Amino acid sequence: MFLIMILILLFIIISNIMMFISMILSKKSNLDREKCSPFECGFDPKSSARIPFSLHFFLITVIFLIFDVEIALIFPMIKTFKLVNFFLWVKISFFFIIILLLGLYHEWNQNMIEWTN
Amino acid sequence: MIMKDYLLIFIGMIILMIGVLIGVAYLTLLERKVLGYIQIRKGPNKLGLIGILQPFADAIKLFTKEQTYPMFSNYLVYYFSPIVGFSLSLTLWMMIPYYFNFFSFNLGFLFFFSCTSLGVYTLMISGWSSNSNYSLLGGLRAVAQTISYEVSLAFIMMSTIIMIMDFNLLKLMDYQKFIWFLILMFPLSLCWLSSSLAETNRTPFDFAEGESELVSGFNVEYSSGGFALIFLAEYSSILFMSLMFVLMYMGGYSLSFIFYLKLSFLSFVFIWVRGTLPRYRYDKLMYLAWKSYLPISLNFLLLFLGFKIILFN
Repeated sequence: MFLIMILILLFIIISNIMMFISMILSKKSNLDREKCSPFECGFDPKSSARIPFSLHFFLITVIFLIFDVEIALIFPMIKTFKLVNFFLWVKISFFFIIILLLGLYHEWNQNMIEWTN
Repeated sequence: MIMKDYLLIFIGMIILMIGVLIGVAYLTLLERKVLGYIQIRKGPNKLGLIGILQPFADAIKLFTKEQTYPMFSNYLVYYFSPIVGFSLSLTLWMMIPYYFNFFSFNLGFLFFFSCTSLGVYTLMISGWSSNSNYSLLGGLRAVAQTISYEVSLAFIMMSTIIMIMDFNLLKLMDYQKFIWFLILMFPLSLCWLSSSLAETNRTPFDFAEGESELVSGFNVEYSSGGFALIFLAEYSSILFMSLMFVLMYMGGYSLSFIFYLKLSFLSFVFIWVRGTLPRYRYDKLMYLAWKSYLPISLNFLLLFLGFKIILFN
């Protein structure tokens, strides 16, 4: 565990060093107001890039959250396979996946994963 | 004694990291060559012997380009998100399964998932923080796409895990001694291949950086170092995804030489797909994830659960 931590730290440090080297090596020029403005095909930006909020993408994220929590609930199934009563394990796992599948079909039926409407 | 082991693992990881970096450099060369020959022209063939030194020239050029400071951007976040992405994709390589000199995680699959899930944040934050409409759109698309494909990826992987009933990647090579999972779980393995194409934002699904509509997607505002790091992270995750495919479906005996041939063939497939297929449509991509891959992978999960139960009884 300690070694893993050290190595992750090492990776972070190495990537920081790479960025730092590129900052040192890179071409320097006077900062120009037009050059620093956000890229928009030669125009000045018409709208702010911070305000837009898409409900559609948000809903996809909410559905993802549900499924991700369910994945996190399924993962322990593997480790408990050899520890618990086999019959109970089979019942619970089948029940769980069928609930997941029915939930997906229900969301499909309710047009939650419809992209264009 | 244990200190010597630690030292060996440390040195092994450093060598692995250097190997990954050089591999990524030559993967870009392979990509340019293959794309060149697909379009009936020669790729880079002047530098060095037959273009052998091209990736290093590219790297030097990238690192000496000018770095920009976009106006009204969240500069600290903008600066650090490529770094985090790159170190995450290097961290992912720690779980390469070996009996010696590396870590052999007991919960390798979980480690894989925690690292790939964190990769979403760097895309989103680098898109959002550079204060450009194009990059914001690219970031949003990338997040939605990566998130949706992560679910199907997880369920497809669950079927494989259920086949071996362990999170340890070393177990995969025991269970594939006589038949590859590619054949045993046939349609599902190809589902995993295309899901991993979408997960790494590769070409038929590269909506995060669609050149024709968003100029370069979430990395419009990045130049020299930041762009190089994003690029390196992306290509090393391609290499890693092909490694995972070989491990999971093509008999993952990672000590043999043929393993690495398979790995390079799969990363060639990634490039081949890029040279062949046109870009998909975004709504179709979402439908493919939610209406096709997710139900299929859930149903197959039930099937393989029953298969395992029959075997166990």
